[in-house]
Amino acid sequence: MTAETLTPPATTIGPIGWLRANLFSGPVSAFVTVLVGAALVWLAIQVGGWATADARWSVVTDNLRVFLIGRYPGDLAWRIWLSLAIPSVLAGLSAGAFGRTTRTLAVTLSAVQALIAILIAFSPIGILGVVAYAANAAAVWVSYAVGRRARIPRRVLAGAWLVSLPITFVLIAGFRGTPLTPVGTNEWGGLLLTVLLAAVGIVLSFPLGVLLALGRRSRLPAVRILSTGYIELIRGVPLVTILFMADLILPLFLPGGWQLDRVARAMGGISLFSAAYVAENVRGGLQSIPSGQVEAAQALGLSGVQTNISIVLPQALRAVIPANVGLFISLLKDTTLVTIIGLLELLNVGRAVLGQPESLGARMEVYLFIAAVFFVLCYAMSQASYRLERQLGVGTR
Amino acid sequence: MSDSVAETKQATNREIIVARDVHKWFGQLHVLRGIDLTVNVGEVVVIFGASGSGKSTFIRTINRLEEHQRGTITVDGIELTNDIRNIAAVRSEIGMVFQSFNLFPHLTALQNITLAPMRVRKYARKDADAVGMKLLERVGIPEQAHKYPAQLSGGQQQRVAIARALAMNPKIMLFDEPTSALDPEMISEVLDVMRGLAEEQGMTMICVTHEMGFARAVANRMVFFDEGVIVEEGPPRQIFEAPQQERTKRFLSQILH
Repeated sequence: MTAETLTPPATTIGPIGWLRANLFSGPVSAFVTVLVGAALVWLAIQVGGWATADARWSVVTDNLRVFLIGRYPGDLAWRIWLSLAIPSVLAGLSAGAFGRTTRTLAVTLSAVQALIAILIAFSPIGILGVVAYAANAAAVWVSYAVGRRARIPRRVLAGAWLVSLPITFVLIAGFRGTPLTPVGTNEWGGLLLTVLLAAVGIVLSFPLGVLLALGRRSRLPAVRILSTGYIELIRGVPLVTILFMADLILPLFLPGGWQLDRVARAMGGISLFSAAYVAENVRGGLQSIPSGQVEAAQALGLSGVQTNISIVLPQALRAVIPANVGLFISLLKDTTLVTIIGLLELLNVGRAVLGQPESLGARMEVYLFIAAVFFVLCYAMSQASYRLERQLGVGTR
Repeated sequence: MSDSVAETKQATNREIIVARDVHKWFGQLHVLRGIDLTVNVGEVVVIFGASGSGKSTFIRTINRLEEHQRGTITVDGIELTNDIRNIAAVRSEIGMVFQSFNLFPHLTALQNITLAPMRVRKYARKDADAVGMKLLERVGIPEQAHKYPAQLSGGQQQRVAIARALAMNPKIMLFDEPTSALDPEMISEVLDVMRGLAEEQGMTMICVTHEMGFARAVANRMVFFDEGVIVEEGPPRQIFEAPQQERTKRFLSQILH
């Protein structure tokens, strides 16, 4: 009595099987499928027709420079292009060395820059911009190839990333008395400002949030009370309020003669705000670690700090990747709120562009463009986080 | 026969763990009510008793995973107090194996073993890896070195946990119900490793376990806990064949059928 191995019925497998099972499993289902399908096709024709025939995309390309860098002087724009080469090369090298998550980021970075190069080709910025962005997009791939061969140690790359942030900053901001003419941050704007606000916010709020989360669980009452108080205070106040505080009140507390410029104040406000939320996410992760893990580490003689660094945090932080990436995605979108303290980030640039008489009637185009830019950035972050989860989930469930 | 084997492996007369009048409360609950126990170098002590009798809590006080609130515990001449240096010194001499393994899930088997030697003893990675591989061979699973705990069976995980504890070169090993969470067919592989440790290496061991076959064959002394006190102690033969206390008799008849 050995049972034969039969192939499944042809209509249950493959695309036809899928269609039958999911879209045409009965008369009602078939009817709904056809109806919804027709509606989708009609919508696609309408939108596609508008986007290709009626829409005046020239409002985007004509003002592309403002969208990208705000009021940053056009003849100094090369410094931004040059500074973009740093993350491009580093992303390529990292992707070559680590693969996976970093590769997703590198591919995105390359694709976005290639896209911008194409957009610039239709704008009055000039051929130099096209070449610069195309070169940066290519640099990602070249350094990817190099990174695969050279096998650069993790520590070197991590260090390079850390150093790259201030270098980029100096390159964009300039320095008095050097060939790099200073450009005040109030002239920064558009995508440049949005990305910088988000990047600095993420980079600063993450470690601060982790420290706050650990502080909230500390055995020392003073540390615990301070951390808890900070977290609860910040979470009880809207970001807009904190931005106003950072902009108006913070300067009053600074010692005389000290001046912190507007963008730095906004970055500080966003980071301090976001840190409280990171802390609560991380605390959730810390609580999910069974006490046996800490006991095992203690029994082996690891100190409290070593236990946190080697055992608790790696597991806790991995557990909260989805929550933290969600948080960072909202942080990116919340950077639009700096509009209210007068900074020209991407959305505010859009409004400024729409204020020009020649942009009359092009609201849809401008807002769609801005939405698309935000979508690409957020989607890349969320994809990278899925990769990261899978990569770090090796061997565990 | 097996009794005589165990008794030829006589422990030394040098005291290494001395617990005097140890008390412990969980809130209002008085879980340890005056434990006196002395363990000599090379001795294998099996602690048994009903759940809730305080046996796990007691061995956890020996490396300060639980704090005792009265009495003294001295390990190799160092008294366990609140002094963090004493605690660290005592922990570096004691290895511990847990009921639920408590392997670090984000590290491979080998990394689980080498972590403490590298972080605490400051071994170079190469030396730590060599030690780790030797220990994995000793517990019989060198081929699993680069797998993560979730990819190993329960018995393999517990053997990695034993290797991890041994990597710190401890003078004493504490086993807290090391086979209770295992499927029946995996119990013997773990007991074999423990037995080898006792018989070949003369390790000082305190095991909380209900594996009576293991106790009979390997233990120098058995200690019966009930309601936070030591009711009876003695060599395995005496405990199994002529227990003195009514409570010991009753408990043994329950677990030996």
